[in-house]
Amino acid sequence: MLNIALAIAFSLVTAAFALTLWRLLRGPSAPDRILALDTLYINAIALLVLLGIHLGSALYFEAALLIALMGFVGTVALCKYLLRGDIIE
Amino acid sequence: MKRLLPHPLLTPTLALVWLLLNNSMAPGQIILGLLLGWAIPLFALPFWPEQVRIRHWGTLLRFAGVVLFDILVANLKVAWLILGQPRNLRPAFVVVPLDVSHELAISILANTICLTPGTVSAHLSEDRQSLLVHALDVDDQDELAATIKARYEAPLKEIFEC
Amino acid sequence: MSATTELLLSLLVIIGALFTFIGSLGLARLEDFYTRLHGPTKATTLGVGSLLIASAIYFSINGEGLSLHEVLVTLFLFITAPISAHLLAKAALHQRLASLVPLPKAAGSEDDQESPGSHPS
Repeated sequence: MLNIALAIAFSLVTAAFALTLWRLLRGPSAPDRILALDTLYINAIALLVLLGIHLGSALYFEAALLIALMGFVGTVALCKYLLRGDIIE
Repeated sequence: MKRLLPHPLLTPTLALVWLLLNNSMAPGQIILGLLLGWAIPLFALPFWPEQVRIRHWGTLLRFAGVVLFDILVANLKVAWLILGQPRNLRPAFVVVPLDVSHELAISILANTICLTPGTVSAHLSEDRQSLLVHALDVDDQDELAATIKARYEAPLKEIFEC
Repeated sequence: MSATTELLLSLLVIIGALFTFIGSLGLARLEDFYTRLHGPTKATTLGVGSLLIASAIYFSINGEGLSLHEVLVTLFLFITAPISAHLLAKAALHQRLASLVPLPKAAGSEDDQESPGSHPS
């Protein structure tokens, strides 16, 4: 049963990836694209966690944690760039 | 005491995070976690000089419960709104005047607003007197501001200020 | 693994994936930036949180001993998601992005003249 649930979940998250990618390509403004990137990294965490359960390996968790940290820093840096035109003050 | 332990609450929190990160309860890890929890606040002191004081633990626990429940409700509500007709949404910018002046209380309030009832905090005014909030779907703007003030701001004021 | 835990895990996984999907659907479907902001910050956070709880239960049962480090990612996401949402809203207001409703007066534009002393932290 878990395998069927995982298959459904994989397709849903992949569909989420496609929708986010569409927004990333279409824009229309810079904040929209940053929001799409932000959503993409959260979707990537979801996909990695699912893959970890599917393969029964806890190693993927470390990657998910790193993506969470780096993605947040990236979003903040991009927003800062839009707000001030400069990242390092 | 105050010089050795500048943030008494941060030490156990950091130790706990260290244990979770290593996924182990071995005595060695506990000692290392406590050591890190003691050393990091000392080095971070110049960035964060004022001490956090929680005055009402009971209110804090009740507040955490209310927020967790509201996160669930807000998520279901936002999911439902997204699945519905986008044209029926009534988004609005609402200005919420602030009573709290404690910095940490304001940040926690802004974060809580972002996590709960279909609202995102967008801008804190320069004089820290009001918070601009964007809501996804509102009937009555004054009522939303009053709800935020009564449900989230009042307990925070009680926890951090007298 | 008993049938009950398997059912619980399947439910959590499906609910989590569904919320992740709905969040992205909101991002693609809604009409202006400020409403789009709501989808990913709320639905997606709960979706990933639910997936991580499923992962914690799965590895606690199948791995060696209790596995709680997934809680760390959940906690981290719950702390950072509002901050990125707030910063994105601030950046959009700063750029005066068009919205379905009239923008509030002059909010966000005073960031340029922020005096250096106004930030104690």
